[in-house]
Amino acid sequence: MKPTRYIKTETTHDNIVVVTVDCPGKVNKVSSGLLDEINSLIENLDKDGTAKALVIVSGKEDNFVVGADIDEVKRMREPREMEEYISKANAILNKLASLPLPVVTVIHGNCLGGGLELTLVADWRIAANSTNTVMGLPEIKLGLIPAAGGTQRLPRLIGLRNALPLILQGSNVRPKKAKKLGLVDELVPPYGLAEVGVQKARTLVGKKKSKIRKKRKRSFVDFLLESNPLGRNLVFSQARKMVMKQTHGLYPAAFAAIDSVAYGYSHGAARGIEADIKRFVELVQSPQSKSLMNLFFGMTALKKNPLEDKSRSVEKLAVIGTGLMGNGIASVSLGICDTVLLKDVNLEAVARGMKDIRKGLEKRARSGALTNFERDVLYGKIVPCDDYANFRNADLVIEAVFEELALKKKILKDVEENSSPHTIFASNTSALPIHKIAEGCKRPQNVIGMHYFSPVPVMPLLEIIKTDKTAEWAVATALAFGIKQGKTCIVVKDGPGFYTTRILAPLLNEAVLLVEEGADMRDVDRAMHLFGYPVGPITLIDEVGIDVGAHVAQDLGKEFSKRGAPPSGALPILFSQGFKGKKNKKGFYRYDTPKKKGYRLPNPEVYRLLGNLPRREFPMEEIQHRVSLMMVNEAVHCLQEGIITSPRDGDVGAILGLGFPPFRGGPFRYIDAAGAQTLVDIMKRLRDKGMQRFQPAPMLIDMAKRGKKFYNE
Amino acid sequence: MPAQNRIAIIDGCRTPFLRSGTDFIDMMAWEVGRHAVKGLIAKTGVSGKDINHVIMGCVSTDIATTNVAREIMLGAGLPDSIPAHTCTVACISANMAITNGANLIACGQAEAVIAGGVESFSDPDIKISKKYRRFILDLTMFKRPRGIIGKLKLLKGMKLSDFIVPERPSINEYAVQHTMGDNADRIAKRLGISREEQDQYAEMSHQRALAAWKAGILKREVVPVVPPGKSRAVDRDNGPRENAVLDKLSKLKPAFDRRYGTVTAGNASFLTDGASAVLLMSEKKAKKLGLKPLAYLKAYAYTAQMIETELLLGPSFAIPRALEKARLKFSDIGVWEIHEAFGAQMVANIKCLGSEKFARERLGLSRKVGDLDVNKLNIYGGSLSLGHPFGATGGRLVTTCAYRLKESGEKYGVVAGCAGGAIGNAIILERA
Repeated sequence: MKPTRYIKTETTHDNIVVVTVDCPGKVNKVSSGLLDEINSLIENLDKDGTAKALVIVSGKEDNFVVGADIDEVKRMREPREMEEYISKANAILNKLASLPLPVVTVIHGNCLGGGLELTLVADWRIAANSTNTVMGLPEIKLGLIPAAGGTQRLPRLIGLRNALPLILQGSNVRPKKAKKLGLVDELVPPYGLAEVGVQKARTLVGKKKSKIRKKRKRSFVDFLLESNPLGRNLVFSQARKMVMKQTHGLYPAAFAAIDSVAYGYSHGAARGIEADIKRFVELVQSPQSKSLMNLFFGMTALKKNPLEDKSRSVEKLAVIGTGLMGNGIASVSLGICDTVLLKDVNLEAVARGMKDIRKGLEKRARSGALTNFERDVLYGKIVPCDDYANFRNADLVIEAVFEELALKKKILKDVEENSSPHTIFASNTSALPIHKIAEGCKRPQNVIGMHYFSPVPVMPLLEIIKTDKTAEWAVATALAFGIKQGKTCIVVKDGPGFYTTRILAPLLNEAVLLVEEGADMRDVDRAMHLFGYPVGPITLIDEVGIDVGAHVAQDLGKEFSKRGAPPSGALPILFSQGFKGKKNKKGFYRYDTPKKKGYRLPNPEVYRLLGNLPRREFPMEEIQHRVSLMMVNEAVHCLQEGIITSPRDGDVGAILGLGFPPFRGGPFRYIDAAGAQTLVDIMKRLRDKGMQRFQPAPMLIDMAKRGKKFYNE
Repeated sequence: MPAQNRIAIIDGCRTPFLRSGTDFIDMMAWEVGRHAVKGLIAKTGVSGKDINHVIMGCVSTDIATTNVAREIMLGAGLPDSIPAHTCTVACISANMAITNGANLIACGQAEAVIAGGVESFSDPDIKISKKYRRFILDLTMFKRPRGIIGKLKLLKGMKLSDFIVPERPSINEYAVQHTMGDNADRIAKRLGISREEQDQYAEMSHQRALAAWKAGILKREVVPVVPPGKSRAVDRDNGPRENAVLDKLSKLKPAFDRRYGTVTAGNASFLTDGASAVLLMSEKKAKKLGLKPLAYLKAYAYTAQMIETELLLGPSFAIPRALEKARLKFSDIGVWEIHEAFGAQMVANIKCLGSEKFARERLGLSRKVGDLDVNKLNIYGGSLSLGHPFGATGGRLVTTCAYRLKESGEKYGVVAGCAGGAIGNAIILERA
């Protein structure tokens, strides 16, 4: 036999074959190399005929198989290549499934995508009962479907109604839940797994496959809905409705996934898999999937810290301000710091924050992501403070207090007096320029911006802002810290609104201007929904707060006015009339009346205050162009000015921080796809209608002139 | 000890001390304890990596966490490579933890030790009756009879009440079978200590504690705790009472000897939950880390006396012994922190220290040890008012003593305590 690179094979004295998957690199991925070696293994088993059982385990410490090698998938240019690849995978999995001997897999760590599909062909699945063990089918997040049998074998194993959410949302399953679902047959302590697999396999030798596999217990409702075509059709149509509502039909993969499960039920698993192969090849080539994969690559690249060797460890963190932001920042830091000081002006505020943090920890413990002791240990890392007595030797201080320059400067001064020379001071401001906060402080080289997004535990982006004076090691440390928190970080240059707030402001401004011109706010929100934004801009203003919006509008307005694009005065007007948005139930929408058909009603008072024009209909495309292009154009300004250093950072930041439609790939990929010239033309048309703010950024005009793209692939 | 490598007391920290059954009611002892250790780490700014050993005193350990020190240090996020052990000497358990820690440093076994203690009486182990215990153990472990007949045989001699009524947990002095309170009554009678003297002492303790909290002095020793799931921070002791004044105290009924006793709930320390921790370091290590110690541990002594009559007189025996070891005179001491188990016990010790007869007969000294100046004693309150979590009190005494040395400019201070089993301890601190 040829020497193998991806698997190691051993045979016990009683002819049980143990296959250890151990690909080169830190994690196991499904690749052509791995598939080929498994294939030749199966052929040898057939030739040999002595093997009594097969056990598949991972040779890695903390993962089973984390999914397909996306790099390899992306390298495939021709549809034919992709078809060959996915067909081969299915052929091999089918062979494994029909081996005449029992197959046992023992799962620990990440078992995702193709990894999970590999275990689905086994007759017996054992999982290590550990907080590291995670199973799931995340293909949908890349705009794909689990086409290596996932859509066919999973519903048959755990039931249609259990399987659909896993396939359609790509959500993760932890051991306890997996056992309950029947995704695994038993849980064991996470040690000596290969030996456990062998022992189990020994008991299965000679048994019929149908005898080995556990019969799933179905509830009566499951029986009604899943055992007959009528019930299943009901389930499928419900799922389609749900997907339509959530995605507005912008993500073809979700529908493809439902179609493929349905097809499998009506035509049998074998033909289902054949159909899946075709669907997969189509989806891989779709612009949506390409954008999502690019996003995935962008995020993966940003997980590496180019300044790693300059970063310092953060053992002691202090968070000042216990609002939603401060609590969130503390929550996501507990696992990576030894001590977290949580400070506010009084201990009551801190205690309320700690209760929220505790709730989050309890939720994680219930899901199996933490043990109870780990939960308690994480909680115990928080030290409540109402003064700076404990700040000595703090490695990093993050303030998350009100957006008020004087207050932030005062806090910086207090921190400098009470902490140590190496203490980094980070401001979680969304718009105040960092150099202004640092003005007159003792150690401006230690001052940095760390702009988190709310709610912090959910939102994946961290915008790190460096000033001219920020030391490189401080940037390196903030970056390393953010990456450890699990955030995707972009490092940007200091300036009004940095990157994210700066490009969001003109977008929101444009939405408000449309309302002032007589557009129905619901039309504006709906148009942007259909463009792909998760939240409409007007709703977003209500959520963020009109007070915050007014503040930002005024700060950034000065900058935009310099370019001849003064912002709307609407938000300051509304704010002066006591409108703060959802938080005081006085916003663009009405929060004092119930929703109608799931939608809030516009507040007529707002229309009256903002011009009081009669409402008229705007073409949806006009709304979409105006609102989205304001952001896209501003993003180009940022790149030109060096606020962001690459289109990749700009794209990732807009998608993860602001909800720019992921399937459109971000502002820069959007330009590349639409063509710079096309967009310049649209903008010039708008500008010539008297909207000076649509003057295209010089860089964009230049790109259009030279026919260039931001990404050269 | 060579002067260049003394045992430095860097800082101390404790949780608020709370009457049992109040805000720490749902917390296990280790949970309470780790807050003290975490607070200590936070305020000193040391890294967990610099700590070599953790010792915690504890009297009533939960069977789920018998080496509670280990759970505490893991729970405080210290590296799991640090060994930890729990020690128990009744009310001076933390004193023992601290002197053990000092020894580890003196012997070169460690450079930095966290020592302190913890107690939770909010959830004591309550045992089912002895007969019921035996029945269960025979049934499942020792005899394991087969068949229903054999099993029924085990029930022989058991009454219904054996299944219902639990054993009463008590803080008995095992050898003599009476409680600490009984012993306090006895010593009051033996030494002729009046009810009024005891109540006066208690009043002083409470009023001093209240004043200290009012002035914000004790805040420096205490880390606020937010009990899990609560949205309120506990940041001060709830033992000191405004209404603990002579007038009110004198109206209380005796708590132990209900007929002729003088010890009441008002002039005795109460069941308390709380924890304390002290950071000890070799002088060299402290210098290396740039830490300024509050004080140095100069000398200490342990003594043991007659259980029946001298149970509460530990300080009277241990103080002269420690002074002798430190080659110091009684008058050299400017700061006193003595554990207040009972008003009677405090008055008794003051009397004995000032008694020629006691010195001659029980200490073999020609002169009395000294007259204790109450203006230098427990000036921020003591166990009677602040509370007395058995395992943790010593950590509080050492911390308060060290802070008092620093602020008063006095050179030497003494921490002393008595413990069940008639054991005494005194520790001498020197201002840094």
